[in-house]
Amino acid sequence: MEQSTVKFYQTGTFTVGNRLLAPEQRSVQADVQRRNSLNSGHRACQGCGEALGARYAIDAAMAATDGQLIAANATGCLEVFSTPYPETSWQIPWIHSLFGNAAAVATGIAAAMKAKGRSDVRVVAQGGDGGTTDIGFGCLSGMFERNDDVLYICYDNEAYMNTGVQRSSATPPAARTATTMVVGPHPGNEFGQGKNVPQIAMAHEIPYVATATVADLRDLECKVTKAMSIRGARYIHIFVPCPLGWGAASHDTIKLSRLAVESGVFPVFEAERGEVTEVLKIRRQVPVEEYLRPQKRFAHLFGKHPDVATLAKLQARADRNIRRFGLLETN
Amino acid sequence: MFQVRIHGRGGQGVVTGAEMLSIAAFLGGRHAQAFPSFGSERTGAPVVAFCRMDDKEIRLREPIMQPDAIIIQDPTLLHQVDVFSGLKKDGYIIINTSRSFEEMGLGDFVKGFRSERLLTVPASELAMKHVGRPVPNVPLLGAFAALCGLISLDAVNRAIDQKFSGAVAKGNQAAAKEAYDIVMNQDQKAKETEHA
Amino acid sequence: MLEQCEGSHAVAQAVALSRPEVICAYPISPQTHIVEGLGELVKSGALTPCEFINVESEFAALSVAIGSSAAGARSYTATASQGLLFMAEAVYNASGLGLPIVMTVANRAIGAPINIWNDHTDSMSMRDAGWLQLFAETNQEALDLHIQAFRIAEELSLPVMVCMDGFILTHAYERVDMPEQAQVDQFLPPYEPRQVLDPSDPVTIGAMVGPEAFTEVRYLAHAKQMQALDLIPQVATEFKAIFGRDSGGLIKTYQTEDADTIVIALGSVLGTIKDTVDDLRAQGHRVGVLGITSYRPFPISAIRDATVRAERIVVIEKCFAVGIGGIVSRDVRSAVRNRPQPVYTVVAGLGGRPITKDSVSELLRQAMADKLELLTFLDLDWAVVNRVLDREKANRRSGPVAEGVLRDLGTVASSAV
Repeated sequence: MEQSTVKFYQTGTFTVGNRLLAPEQRSVQADVQRRNSLNSGHRACQGCGEALGARYAIDAAMAATDGQLIAANATGCLEVFSTPYPETSWQIPWIHSLFGNAAAVATGIAAAMKAKGRSDVRVVAQGGDGGTTDIGFGCLSGMFERNDDVLYICYDNEAYMNTGVQRSSATPPAARTATTMVVGPHPGNEFGQGKNVPQIAMAHEIPYVATATVADLRDLECKVTKAMSIRGARYIHIFVPCPLGWGAASHDTIKLSRLAVESGVFPVFEAERGEVTEVLKIRRQVPVEEYLRPQKRFAHLFGKHPDVATLAKLQARADRNIRRFGLLETN
Repeated sequence: MFQVRIHGRGGQGVVTGAEMLSIAAFLGGRHAQAFPSFGSERTGAPVVAFCRMDDKEIRLREPIMQPDAIIIQDPTLLHQVDVFSGLKKDGYIIINTSRSFEEMGLGDFVKGFRSERLLTVPASELAMKHVGRPVPNVPLLGAFAALCGLISLDAVNRAIDQKFSGAVAKGNQAAAKEAYDIVMNQDQKAKETEHA
Repeated sequence: MLEQCEGSHAVAQAVALSRPEVICAYPISPQTHIVEGLGELVKSGALTPCEFINVESEFAALSVAIGSSAAGARSYTATASQGLLFMAEAVYNASGLGLPIVMTVANRAIGAPINIWNDHTDSMSMRDAGWLQLFAETNQEALDLHIQAFRIAEELSLPVMVCMDGFILTHAYERVDMPEQAQVDQFLPPYEPRQVLDPSDPVTIGAMVGPEAFTEVRYLAHAKQMQALDLIPQVATEFKAIFGRDSGGLIKTYQTEDADTIVIALGSVLGTIKDTVDDLRAQGHRVGVLGITSYRPFPISAIRDATVRAERIVVIEKCFAVGIGGIVSRDVRSAVRNRPQPVYTVVAGLGGRPITKDSVSELLRQAMADKLELLTFLDLDWAVVNRVLDREKANRRSGPVAEGVLRDLGTVASSAV
């Protein structure tokens, strides 16, 4: 009888660390002594992917730096919901300056630490897709080019959510936003080339670039931890569904992230100095439609007269990602 | 107050010349102010720089409109720019050229001025000879030192040391000295002719 | 020690002596020599410990300084004109957050039309942003004010703009007395922040403040500038004690005690005005000069007191508020309100046009005869202006205004075929 490979799929969450693992291999969140750098009491929406991602990312960074961490945050959802005057959720030194300058502010903090001989203190910059791919793009590129010792984390929910769901350069094609309404001959966002900031980061040849999602929080933690072991400019781009802006159920945040990965819509990979080093293979490919259906921002593609042409184009884009990044296991 | 205006073209060291003049005056214990006419300079375009010297603090900031001395680093400017504008009748004129005032067509113009305060000196040639580049600003300073007697050659040399180093500084100092000597010899000859 | 050097060089030296820890700057005429000088000092190791960062825009420059200042480092940057506008959001942010950044503004006009020469439009555009604004009259004062600025900024937790005329001061060679490091160290202690990003004592900086508290927070910014009215003269006194000269302070007066006419101005033009006033005095006219050093906070009382006996005030300013008139003169007018003195506004020196003794002299004669208009544009070529206005009346497609004026002035050699 021939032996054949049997694949097992874990369909539950990968979130909290497994009791069978050695303590040092467990999730940071499994630790009773975890920092809770982004403490409870913030005002994020139910099911907010960004709040989830930020808590994991910053706690991992704190663990990796033994608590010697300073954060610079761009204007946006994370900043707004975490610091509703007169309260703050942050248990770490944290500064919010402007919308477009998080990367530059972080550069400044890193320079100050260097001038003061405090090489133990590390710096994280945080921003949404708006603050990173659009208005903060210049400062981001400058920070990359100088190879400043900053980890920049982008929480990508694919639109300017805090101001009412307006389109950003990270908004996917066909998506409904307040500035790409479902009207006219081309409803939803235009089909453009996209703006792949992780690849742009790679083009800057910085030491470490990674993408991650909140479907695999352990993977996110590992990437942040790895990033903190490296000096120089680093970039992590995290896919974070926004239930409100996407018109999705708040309990679908992790599921949507997984579907984005498994459909090829969001490639998960790591790169060092411009070259891809690791790719998260798709375990079980799903059609893009399965990812799109649960989101009202794509509802106009379905219904009595599905927009077959647009769906095909979206599938083609996902297929292209799969091909480019080698996301499917070869047999 | 003694006011010097230097005319030249971009790339000829007009601004550096004015600065060195101010340094030389400073080294001589005087107050001095030097500044350019602030154009968006490019090589070859007309450039003007100014230098004021005084025994007390200089507060005036306007461009020099009534100079006591004019230094012309590039005679081709004579027909392009009103280089002599505002020059006082007992003012000094130093032109970088190997020709005479008459040969340049200025014979009539300079009749109203004091002849012992007019000078042509082949500064570009001196610079070529000693420094290898036809930048005439430094030899003209040497000539100015001899002609006007307001700064010493030693001060010019020290100003050169502040702006240049090594062989370039040495070459410039040699060029300045030769220009200085040329003027002093002319002056000497003129005095001997007078007495003869 | 006495030196003959370029203004920019003197400022770079003064900043270096102040032991900055982070310097970041983006090049723009006419500030370039300052940051080049500092870059060299850091790179050679002469200025250490200090990080010099070449940033990709002015917005980044001030943002980097915001980060480094918030992290407890003495921070410095420099800009001018368009660059100041490009960082405008960060300018308000820095003062709103209370960060003691020192920034040189090498005063330059703002376009359009693009102009690289000196006037005060740039600093004036940010006069209400909450920064202190100090104007230098000479290169000596420019270098002195930078040292004082760090001290003032850090005591108040407010950023300070040191304004010096672009080209006229930055690119002029003048004699300066360069302080010794020991003197500066005695005058300027290490930076001790009121608020700092410190892992051992975490704080949140930059929270959103709603209607319930915004007014109070903003009033506190004003209150700090009121404190500055006392601190600035105090610092100038301490400066004199250590460095031996008068520099800084709120205002400077020259022959104002018995003056019938007082001329008020900011920056390097004060030198020319003083020379002019000397000539007028020699002819028996009682004229005096008041130089404003601290433009923000605006020294209302000091100006009011210094002008109490004057019959008229003439404000010569290198800026103007389009659509209304003077900027500085309006502030002066509010200082001398309820007095019968006319305050004449003279807009001069825009875009680097030289302000000459002759023009100032003629102007003051008119003022003394009370024949001056309340608003005058000094040395304005009315023929050119009227030609443009006529051209626009005659033609819809009258072309770009600046090009039209330049053609009329003969600056543009070629003409349309």
